[in-house]
Amino acid sequence: MNKLTIAPSPHVHSGDSVRRNMFGVAIALVPALATSLWFFGLDALAVILTSVVACVAVEYLIQKFVLKVPTTISDGSAIVTGLILAFNLPPALPLWIVVVGAVFAIGVCKMTFGGLGQNIVNPAIGGRVFLLMSFPAQMTTWTVPGVDATTGATPLGLMKEGLKSGKSVSEIIGLPETSDLFFGGIGGSLGEVSALAILIGLAFLLIARIITWHIPVAVLGSMAALQGVFYVASPESFASPLFTLLTGGAMLGAVFMATDYVTSPMSGKGMVIYGCGIGVLTVLIRDFGAYPEGMSFAILLMNLVTPLINRFCKPKRFGEIAK
Amino acid sequence: MKKLESTLPNMVIVLTCVSLISATLLGVMQQLTKEPIAQIERQTLEDGIKKVMLGGKAGELTVSRTDTVEMDNTAFIIYTAEQGGVELGKAVKATVTGFSPGLTVLTGFDVEGNILGYEILATAETPGLGAKADQWFQKGAKGDIIGKNPGANNMTVSKDGGEVDAITASTITSRAFLKAVNMEYKAISNAATEATTGATTKTEAYETAEAE
Amino acid sequence: MNNLKVILNGIIKENPALVLLLGMCPTLGTTTSAMNGMGMGLATMAVLMCSNTVISLIKRLIPDMVRIPSFIVIIATFVTVLEMLMKAYVPSLYASLGLFIPLIVVNCIVLGRAESFAAKNSPLASLCDGIGSGLGFTLALTMLGAIREILGSGMVFGIRLWSEDFGVLAFVLAPGAFIALAYLIVIVNKLTKKA
Repeated sequence: MNKLTIAPSPHVHSGDSVRRNMFGVAIALVPALATSLWFFGLDALAVILTSVVACVAVEYLIQKFVLKVPTTISDGSAIVTGLILAFNLPPALPLWIVVVGAVFAIGVCKMTFGGLGQNIVNPAIGGRVFLLMSFPAQMTTWTVPGVDATTGATPLGLMKEGLKSGKSVSEIIGLPETSDLFFGGIGGSLGEVSALAILIGLAFLLIARIITWHIPVAVLGSMAALQGVFYVASPESFASPLFTLLTGGAMLGAVFMATDYVTSPMSGKGMVIYGCGIGVLTVLIRDFGAYPEGMSFAILLMNLVTPLINRFCKPKRFGEIAK
Repeated sequence: MKKLESTLPNMVIVLTCVSLISATLLGVMQQLTKEPIAQIERQTLEDGIKKVMLGGKAGELTVSRTDTVEMDNTAFIIYTAEQGGVELGKAVKATVTGFSPGLTVLTGFDVEGNILGYEILATAETPGLGAKADQWFQKGAKGDIIGKNPGANNMTVSKDGGEVDAITASTITSRAFLKAVNMEYKAISNAATEATTGATTKTEAYETAEAE
Repeated sequence: MNNLKVILNGIIKENPALVLLLGMCPTLGTTTSAMNGMGMGLATMAVLMCSNTVISLIKRLIPDMVRIPSFIVIIATFVTVLEMLMKAYVPSLYASLGLFIPLIVVNCIVLGRAESFAAKNSPLASLCDGIGSGLGFTLALTMLGAIREILGSGMVFGIRLWSEDFGVLAFVLAPGAFIALAYLIVIVNKLTKKA
């Protein structure tokens, strides 16, 4: 999927297919899935199952009864959307809200535009942002894993609250240790509790050549760089770059959501521009916006810019003279 | 009839006539609606004051005086309410910025400074979130502030160590609302000090009030 | 074209909000509830009827080169009159529509109908066109308002259908307006055009 090479016949099928890639992504999500089950238990299982089943069901029903076209649920894309949507939700979310999110993700963000390959934004993120706007109270009630299910703020939420009320970074109490951020055990959405689990998934995706390095590296690199500049300038009013990378949806977004084939640019150069856009926007929203987390908004915005990026990063045509 | 040519005199005459007729019509309408509009505005304010001072009970009261105090670039309008010649307390109106600008809160205090009631007169807060402030802090609701005294009670959201529950997912609005109430309380005390001691510290505030 | 046809044309074939996509600002901005949508629609309709009739009556007196400023002055006059009347006699509706009332002046439907219809047709036909377009606009805004109110807060015309806890807040906010309008247009297209 990296390059569209057009060669004269005979053509040999590489064995690459939507189905192979989607199930590859699903496999890469397994470590994160396992950690979320470990930390949040049955709540997480219920949210994930509801999300996946609802996504597949909505896709099936729309294709069967509204569009009246052959169904494509077996390509696995709805399953992946369901998984990623679930990973973006708090574990204690009422299940009917999960279903609303699935209906919006598949029904509005994907099928309205014609189904897989024609959607302009990542359906899972569209669903998440819709839920965040619609149910702000439920969507920001986080379960802290570990001891009895207590609710509490996410590390990013704590940081934002603290800074807004005039405290400096070192005065904010309750921020988790870096090792907790890395191995898991922080409050947050299902899939973002452990950076390690996501990195394992990333390694798999790269080895299986399902994605290339461009987008994850560009997103995380630009986030770290920009946050680093702020941090060096004023360490008391900005979080450290490491904290930024390990909290919220940074890892999950960079690895699994920004890399969606349909909604990200096609060329390597385009991917880097797109990734940097996401990283910069996320940092700006986190540090200066009203929301503590900006990953999903940043990805949505850059999804919309993708067609433009594709236009400007067209590979040179054969025989075309470089200017 | 042929259409008028677009010559300069024609155009000037037509535009002038159109404008003159419009202006006349508007002037007449303005005269006609002036009284009802003023009456409605008075009525709204009066109803508001009645509501916050009497806590929903029926009754009559008169506004014996109106003062304006300025603090932190915000104007506080204080209405002193009397019932049968006895001072009932004061209602204070102020506009602060919540999640969006333009959150106007009218709060009624009795003579000791206990909150009798409040009313949101204007709001641009998010519907379903911050806009819930009109019910949230009423008597019996989750963030009940009625009967509390900003002088004795810590009237901030529990997140900041206070004793009022913030509106779910709308801490910013809740903070702004409580800040408004606290400052309104302060405005009354400031005005009271001046009245008794005759202090000149805030005379400009009174001058602005008179100038208005 | 008879007058009834003119009215129907404004409601269905040239529905300002759903077919011509004119006047999007009030369409998206005021339809947080069915009542607000209807209020805005009726206010626009009142202005449309007055401005269409007057413009049609004086169309020959206005030189071509100054027609747009003249139309705008006439429309602005009616809007201001309407605003004062609303403020005086229906303050609650005025409070919820507020800023959007003066904005009727720059609503492209009003100028659009003046320019494309009233400036070329008889006063009676123009009045009918005002009624038709106005009704079409009102209908569209009421439907959009009702959809947003039902989905967003579980009410319609202030009557509670289900608990507010099940309200999808996004529909009360701006994005929901765009989404609901888009789907409303889809349905209208589906019904009017045979694919």
